Amino acid sequence: MSRAYLFRRTLIAIPSLLGISAIIFSILAAAPGDPFGQLVTNPNVPPAVIAQLRASLGLNQPIYLRYFHWLIAMLHGQWGFSFTSRMDVATLIMQRLPVTLAVLGSAEVIAVLIAVPVGILAAVKPYSLFDQIANTFAYVGFALPTFFTGILAILLFSVRLHWLPFVFQDHVSGTGWVWIWKEVKQSIMPIMVLALFQGAPLVRFVRSSMLDVIRLDYVTTARAKGIGKRRVLMRHVVRNGLIPVVTLVALQLPGVFGGAIVTEQIFRVPGMGSLLISALLENDTPVIMAITFVFAILVIVFNLIADLLYGWLDPRINLR
Amino acid sequence: MAGSTPASISADLPGAAAEAQTKPVSRALDAWRRFRRHRLAVVGLVVLSIIVFGVVFGKLLWPLSMSSIDFSASLAPPSLAHPFGTDDLGHDLLARMIFGGRISLAVGLAAMLIAVGLGVLVGAVAGTAGGRIDTFLMWLTDLFLALPQLPLLLLIIYLFRNTLVHFFGEEGGIFLIVVVVIGALRWMSIARLVRAQFFSLREKEFVEAARALGASRLREVIHHMLPNTIGPIIVAATIEIANAIIAESTLSFLGLGFPPDVPTWGRLLYDGRNYLDLAPQWAIFPGMAIFLTVLSISFLGDGLRDAFDPRRVL
Repeated sequence: MSRAYLFRRTLIAIPSLLGISAIIFSILAAAPGDPFGQLVTNPNVPPAVIAQLRASLGLNQPIYLRYFHWLIAMLHGQWGFSFTSRMDVATLIMQRLPVTLAVLGSAEVIAVLIAVPVGILAAVKPYSLFDQIANTFAYVGFALPTFFTGILAILLFSVRLHWLPFVFQDHVSGTGWVWIWKEVKQSIMPIMVLALFQGAPLVRFVRSSMLDVIRLDYVTTARAKGIGKRRVLMRHVVRNGLIPVVTLVALQLPGVFGGAIVTEQIFRVPGMGSLLISALLENDTPVIMAITFVFAILVIVFNLIADLLYGWLDPRINLR
Repeated sequence: MAGSTPASISADLPGAAAEAQTKPVSRALDAWRRFRRHRLAVVGLVVLSIIVFGVVFGKLLWPLSMSSIDFSASLAPPSLAHPFGTDDLGHDLLARMIFGGRISLAVGLAAMLIAVGLGVLVGAVAGTAGGRIDTFLMWLTDLFLALPQLPLLLLIIYLFRNTLVHFFGEEGGIFLIVVVVIGALRWMSIARLVRAQFFSLREKEFVEAARALGASRLREVIHHMLPNTIGPIIVAATIEIANAIIAESTLSFLGLGFPPDVPTWGRLLYDGRNYLDLAPQWAIFPGMAIFLTVLSISFLGDGLRDAFDPRRVL
């Protein structure tokens, strides 16, 4: 991967950052309600004072200037003060973000570890029994929303079998192995629910991507040269077939955040998602804004990483 | 084996029934024949028809009121009197699900129409205009694809809910906002699809012929290009219904969608999740309804994909 590509691709991320933040900002700007609504109707406050207040807060500036001020403040992490928890929003989010990333990350790892081999095996023998079973599972996993799988898991493993706790605890008591075991036990269900949600579309994608490569001429050539089936598959097909999967994982991300919000809410995992929901229920606007913004930034960053990875894995892309 | 692999993955074995056709058949009949060969799609169609029928006409067959309270039968398991059981206030869950299903399906259909409308518009403009307009519209499409949808959906509903409820009433306002926002966040795949189709159609001889005969740009698009795109659009639209139903259920499940007296399937799940030990049916039946609807819609979409592509060898 050339340095020029790296540079160019990073530059392309800037317009999308501006675009996405502009969308969020215009939603905010279009929202009804004037912060000075109460003052305007109060006869004791002279209009001149209100005008001065507006000017001092920059509300008289043209909209694009207000947008840039807002964006710069957001990028600096000046997200304001939470109404309900009386804390700096940035501190609040930094407490929650690692939990969400850990849950999402381990779910993604499990999803990839299961979906990729299953997709490859399904593509090797299309329409075999294994393929059909894998497909059915992929369809079922796709049609099961996280809120239903979560509830089914709780019903089965917590209520009926009493194997796993259904409420995630922030501070687990115990030390050493006991502590680790308790942490693992309470993380299994949220992670598996998310892994199913992320893995199901992945199986279908890996399979079709492999099928696209398997029918190419160079694979036939490799076979004709007398290279063993296994070697052709691993060396020639899988290496090329999995490249587009990198992009898919990044493209899935906005949807995965949605799944994470729901899963955190069901299992009471103290992450960004449950913070967002409680902020919504408590009308805590600064927190809601900041979380939406952080999710948007995360999507942009991971798309950038995926594109750079793609360029590194597939040198052909630099020629364009 | 390479060329004969159908793209849709739940199709039956290829080459299983290449029946010899002696008589010429109409396009619709041909499509139906292709669709029928897709066993899971037919099952999906049957299940979906049952659900739609039950939701639309269920009130006539099951006249029990969804809001009559009966504490003597609260949290009752499924029985003859209450086939799906009851909730904590003794509401009949079957009656509530029939009502909620109407809302869920209506939201799915309406949001799909908005998504398809926007997607066709953007895709058609990008596909016919080309050049800078196309570049900009595709940039916009990519941008929307990168938006974190659920947080944004929640944010918009949070900010605009009160105003809309003020103007259109509790149910109407929320229906409107949910439908519009879901539709407005889901047009991208259809726009891309229409644009790609238009790019290839633009160069086809019959479109060129129409152009040579003096057809205007608009006529070219409406009479010649759009009709040839309708198949893929219908397939994408079916999937969008399923996505919209899931999105609406998610909102209701988070307690941020419809109000409690509008028992959509997601809302029933949300209310029932605290009674998993006492009355699991309260959560299971609505969840199954969502699951079956979405699953049969995806199978249906898969079958339609095969049915609408006459060039595909089955």
